[in-house]
Amino acid sequence: MRKIILILITCHLSLVTFSQDMNALVMKVKAKLDQVNDYEADGRMKTDVAFIKAPIGKVKVFYKKPNKFRLKKDGGISLLPKGGVSVNMNSIFSITDFVALAAGEAVIGGTKTKIVKLLPSNENSDIVLATMYIDEANLLVKKAVTTTKENGTYEIEMSYGQFMQYGLPDKVVFGFNTKDYKLPKGITLEFDDNEKKISEAEKLKNKKGRVEITYTNYIINKGINDSVFK
Amino acid sequence: MWTLTQIELFKIFRRPRTYIAFAAITGLIGIIQFGLKLDGDSYIDFMMRDITSSITVEGKILNGYQVCYIVLQILLVHVPLLIALVAADMISGEANMGTLRIMLTKPISRTKFLLAKFMATVAYTLLLLVWLAILALFLNMIIFGTDDLFLMKSQYVVLLKKDDIFWRYVWAFGFAALAMTTVASLGFLFSLFAENSIGPIVATMSVIIFFTILSTLNIPVFNKIKPFLFTTHMIGWKEFFDIKVNDANEAIIGSIQNPQKIINSALVLVLHIIGFVTAAIVIFKRKDVLS
Amino acid sequence: MQTIVAVKGLTKQFKNLSAVQDLSFSVNEGDVYGFLGQNGAGKSTTIRMLLTLITPSAGEVEIFGKKLTSNRNEILSQVGAVIEKPDVYKYLSAYENLQLFARLSGVKVSEEKLMAQLDKVGLAHRAKDTVKTFSQGMKQRLGIAIALVHDPKLIILDEPTNGLDPQGIADIRNLILHLSRDLKKTVIVSSHLLSEIEQVATRVLIIDKGKKIVEGNALELFDPSQTIVELQTFDNGYALQQLQVSAWNIHLQPQRDTAILIKLDRQLIPQLHRDLVDMDIQVLSLQPRHSLEDYFLQVTSGNQYVDTYSN
Repeated sequence: MRKIILILITCHLSLVTFSQDMNALVMKVKAKLDQVNDYEADGRMKTDVAFIKAPIGKVKVFYKKPNKFRLKKDGGISLLPKGGVSVNMNSIFSITDFVALAAGEAVIGGTKTKIVKLLPSNENSDIVLATMYIDEANLLVKKAVTTTKENGTYEIEMSYGQFMQYGLPDKVVFGFNTKDYKLPKGITLEFDDNEKKISEAEKLKNKKGRVEITYTNYIINKGINDSVFK
Repeated sequence: MWTLTQIELFKIFRRPRTYIAFAAITGLIGIIQFGLKLDGDSYIDFMMRDITSSITVEGKILNGYQVCYIVLQILLVHVPLLIALVAADMISGEANMGTLRIMLTKPISRTKFLLAKFMATVAYTLLLLVWLAILALFLNMIIFGTDDLFLMKSQYVVLLKKDDIFWRYVWAFGFAALAMTTVASLGFLFSLFAENSIGPIVATMSVIIFFTILSTLNIPVFNKIKPFLFTTHMIGWKEFFDIKVNDANEAIIGSIQNPQKIINSALVLVLHIIGFVTAAIVIFKRKDVLS
Repeated sequence: MQTIVAVKGLTKQFKNLSAVQDLSFSVNEGDVYGFLGQNGAGKSTTIRMLLTLITPSAGEVEIFGKKLTSNRNEILSQVGAVIEKPDVYKYLSAYENLQLFARLSGVKVSEEKLMAQLDKVGLAHRAKDTVKTFSQGMKQRLGIAIALVHDPKLIILDEPTNGLDPQGIADIRNLILHLSRDLKKTVIVSSHLLSEIEQVATRVLIIDKGKKIVEGNALELFDPSQTIVELQTFDNGYALQQLQVSAWNIHLQPQRDTAILIKLDRQLIPQLHRDLVDMDIQVLSLQPRHSLEDYFLQVTSGNQYVDTYSN
């Protein structure tokens, strides 16, 4: 019995210390991201959803502290996951009050990362849980899985290059769940037979959608008018 | 032959009936434009309710290209009826008026006479489509502006870039011309068999409505005969608005998903036209004119 | 005299109606050829075959010495026709109709000529009005203007007086005489009314139920001193045999089943009577017909109208 209590206490202690470690790591990452007050970036966006056939489009991304984010297409029409694409870490780190828990390690894109579970303490936060895969050496978030109250769970994967020192990625892949899509032929006025569509229907079963943004150019801390976000 | 065709065109465009179709198209498009201009966003919302559960579509969806697509989708099912109004009257109307017998005592072979009449019918059909293009495409481009085209098909949605659309409409109207010529040649064939125009007009419309319903019904028994119905191929113009994707699921700009399907449909329609017109000539050459 | 139209063995069989049977006749240059028969006798079918509107089941038509089947367009460019009602495009003006049909006939006619043509038929003042506003008589005159606009050699008028008032009928009569006498055209005119044909025709063909009854020179057929006698005997076959070998042979007309027709000077009737007795022909009746009208009705219908017209 004593043994058990001892183990439990040890566990608890180690957990706390671990948590404190993680907190420190998260804070370091946050501090790195905090260098950026605002940014504006050009990117090429690809929407990869099984039931969407869309060409690559040019986008402009705007961010301003604490959590203003806007993705704009250069004219034209854009197809985005419902609830918007939160493809920057800055927004996630805008949560001030959280508990960070260590959840092991993983290798993402050839880099060893620490898995950190971030639990907001504020009950009103939209984010319920964020799991981060953090490259400890470079203080970069390689992957984040975020569960929200409103918009389900989505996954962000990032690769870094030129703007690594600001914690800004060159490429972001935003993964999300999609629902079924099907319209009756009577509405779309299609007379086709179904046979040929089988392979495409197969594809549709894969309900994971992805939005991929490749950034080409960042303008950092040059000030952005608030009107952009409206 | 050209003189004959000119005379036939002159006759067509001197008749009030001819303008019914132009007026009908103008009216219908006007109503659609008015409705969409006034309340287009709720129409778009309604149309997109299925997709918006997981995807947000941002941008000016209701632009001129979109409106043109909506108009074509609605109208190209009904324009055949307007074409039947003139095509199915070409011979029967003359028989009814009594002018057919005078025409046929003139030193013109029946084949030439019939071909000239058919050419005039085709010219009428094309002019109707040009009018449709002016109102549905160019006018809407002015009223609603141009932007990307977002289309919802039964299995997937397609997003076409603004610069990748106009040429598709040019081809689509070309294809529609072929489809409408098929209708015209059917009406033309029917017009041989009666001495009043109501019969052939109703017969042409009935065949088109009947075939279209068969083409639309998604019942396995009927699916077997669908490829043999010309109405199934008449909506081939839509294929110009389907784009190919590469392995990474990126749409390839300037591509068409299934060009072979368009070619096949076009061939089916051309064969129908040749068939109908040849049948008309063979029958007409032997026909005793008793009107 | 040149033969303009030569018809040999012309036959038209509709599904279960024999409209024209083995019809042969010829029209010479300058003739006003009267084509007589009851309604439904086969006149229109014959005329439509001459104009290639109906394909014959058998027989041959030559016009201007050429086969109609192989020279259709060449022949038709020299033919003008009004078939039954003079139907034209109602939504076009008289002038436009005339111009249109002139072009179809392959001739380019100047505006003055077209107007002159309309003037001839008394429609110049209505040239720009749409035909819908025209009376039946005006339409008929326009129809004739159209038939004549390309200056054809042969003019075919099928029942041209149908639906016209007396003045209209008189106009058509004068027009036919003008075409024939002044313009030296060959005219084929059909009618179910003998009186119309009588006044204009130089040669006459009478048909009934698709068959030729008689063809001949109008002067002879319509000669008032001539009478047709209808002879009925116990044995018509025997009687015919006897008559054919006698001097009466030249007076015999194409025969009908029930009676033998003999055309002769009224004064010869008593002589015929005596000869019949001499030839031992058992006469049931010997009925002189009083006028050609009577005769025409008799041979062509044989029924409903006879009582009304015969004395």
